[in-house]
Amino acid sequence: MSSADVDLGAHDLPVDDLLNIHRTMLTIRLAEQRFMRGLSRGEFPGFYFPVQGMEAAAVGVIAALRPDDYYITTYRGIADILAKGSSLEAVFGELLGRVTGMSRGKGGTMHMADPDRGMMLTTGIVGSGTPIANGLGLSAQLLGNDRVTGVSFGDGATSIGALHEALNLASLWDLPVIFVCHNNLWGECTPLEGYTKTARLAERAAPFGIPGLTVDGTNVLEVYDAAAQAAERARRGDGPTFLEVVAPRILGHYFGDTGSYMDEAAVEQARVNDPVPKLGDWLVSQGHLGPDELDTLTGQIADEVEDALATALNSDMLPADELRTDVFAPGVDTPR
Amino acid sequence: MASIQPTETDREMTFGEAINDALDVALGNDPTVFLLGEDIADPPGGVVRLTHGLSTKYGTHRVRATPISEQAIAGAAIGAALGGLRPVAEIMLMDFMTLVMDQLVNHAAKHRYMSGGTSHLPLTVRTRIGHRRGAQHSSSYEAWFMHVPGIKVCAPTTAADAKGLLLSCIADDDPCLFLEPTPMVRSRRRSPVPEGDYRVPIGQAAVARDGSDVSIITYGQMTPAALEAAATLADEAISAEVVDLRSLVPLDHRTVLNSVAKTHRAVVTHAAARFAGPGAEISAMIHEELFGELERPVHRVAAAFTPVPFAQSLEQVHAPDASTIAETVREVMK
Repeated sequence: MSSADVDLGAHDLPVDDLLNIHRTMLTIRLAEQRFMRGLSRGEFPGFYFPVQGMEAAAVGVIAALRPDDYYITTYRGIADILAKGSSLEAVFGELLGRVTGMSRGKGGTMHMADPDRGMMLTTGIVGSGTPIANGLGLSAQLLGNDRVTGVSFGDGATSIGALHEALNLASLWDLPVIFVCHNNLWGECTPLEGYTKTARLAERAAPFGIPGLTVDGTNVLEVYDAAAQAAERARRGDGPTFLEVVAPRILGHYFGDTGSYMDEAAVEQARVNDPVPKLGDWLVSQGHLGPDELDTLTGQIADEVEDALATALNSDMLPADELRTDVFAPGVDTPR
Repeated sequence: MASIQPTETDREMTFGEAINDALDVALGNDPTVFLLGEDIADPPGGVVRLTHGLSTKYGTHRVRATPISEQAIAGAAIGAALGGLRPVAEIMLMDFMTLVMDQLVNHAAKHRYMSGGTSHLPLTVRTRIGHRRGAQHSSSYEAWFMHVPGIKVCAPTTAADAKGLLLSCIADDDPCLFLEPTPMVRSRRRSPVPEGDYRVPIGQAAVARDGSDVSIITYGQMTPAALEAAATLADEAISAEVVDLRSLVPLDHRTVLNSVAKTHRAVVTHAAARFAGPGAEISAMIHEELFGELERPVHRVAAAFTPVPFAQSLEQVHAPDASTIAETVREVMK
């Protein structure tokens, strides 16, 4: 069965929305490939956590949210960040530590924040975003608006206490939060079965009285449907949802990790289920996209990626006199 | 200092009442202010009743009792600050700050910097320094937070400063840690506290007693002991100036250096451990800036490098008191 035969399920999304989702996924894929190629070739120094295979898991959720909804992601967050609307220039700039980065290069790979697009925080500490998401949810509740907060975290985060504290409080206070567990089947270099006996991670939500859904994270429409359901529940004031999105990791934990410890057959299977060509082929099979249009689109996005990367590489880094700014509000006497 | 002079609109309050009053004023004036912490709603209104009456007055949506879940409390405060509110979180005791170090150190403190100044966190964390409750309920860990760029640290002694600094913390656009030493919180002594939205600027020390022979530099729960030592020393014709730092970050270098430039002798005292304690930084700063003007090296009198003991016989010798401060001053006067 070729991926074009995969039935992505019925869906009432307008074709333009489907095409936008696909465009975003393809952009993430091409941006990542280009950045890693640059690292491999020694074009620029840096470090990076690949998201290949997670594009549908990220974009499917965020497409179901509104632009003014909040999101918190992790160091493996490039897909979430681009899906939330940050520009390629701002992302590459930050990855390369340039002034054109969304945090002027002071945050870097693991700390991207783009508050104007609702991307409030990226954490490099596993599980730590989840208690913070509650606070964003609480702010919406107290300010009387209907913004929803999504927070993504890897399956590895299900072993850490912060998540369990967060789930309990979110449930207790009916917070409008979606806990998005990107289950890529690996906690860094340890497989899921090596660190837990919980077969379905969404079961972790049940003791807290939170609905736990598990979806195929390689099927963007399935992800979208589940996220839309969770967002609606949150917006209604009915509280949080735990959404487990299973999207097997295709690459290593970080750029440079060859994944030699990963089972080859499983990785091969993950490649067969690669969500990006799967959606592209499906759009072609449905007649939403001509085969040559897909090629044209790929070329266009590749050019955009190249331009954005060039812009970043041609940008300056902050001057040394910016070392001590931004510790506190301007004007505060900061210790030397 | 002008900020601690009584005015016509002062009211006599205990340290604890001043904290309650500050929270009351903040909740009353700013709809984005809310409180969260364990047991803070009525009843009981806080385990030592510091928030008593506030949930009744402002509602449990703004004075929120939480589960015993420190990471959830700190994280919710951070997120709420990101969402445009001014949270005031209570972590019951400073020993429990160990449970929120990731949230405060990795997230709250670094957020403004990591975001290149595009985002910031106006949040306050109040925590009480325990007393006579043994090793896990009595510790003074302010040096940890002084060492983390991005958190302001306030350590008031007087009721007026408690109110003024707490209101400044809540209005501040950076994360602030506000310390409430139990001996202060339990004290029934009342002193004048200005009414309304009274602010003491963060980062300004106060000269709590003028003197000319030696500077005793302190803060928080040791300030009364330093003042008592200064009174004793006055009988021995030693004129000790007492500098109450009030804030540890930012640290008011100018007031400290002005005092020591005048007296040429300094003793730093605090209830935190002497080894790598706040006094180490203050002492180093004085030596760096005033080395040639010092009659004697700066002395530090602070807690022993041990967990806080329970037995009173040990607890009494663990941290300084007026007599050990006075002894140290006599040493630097030699």
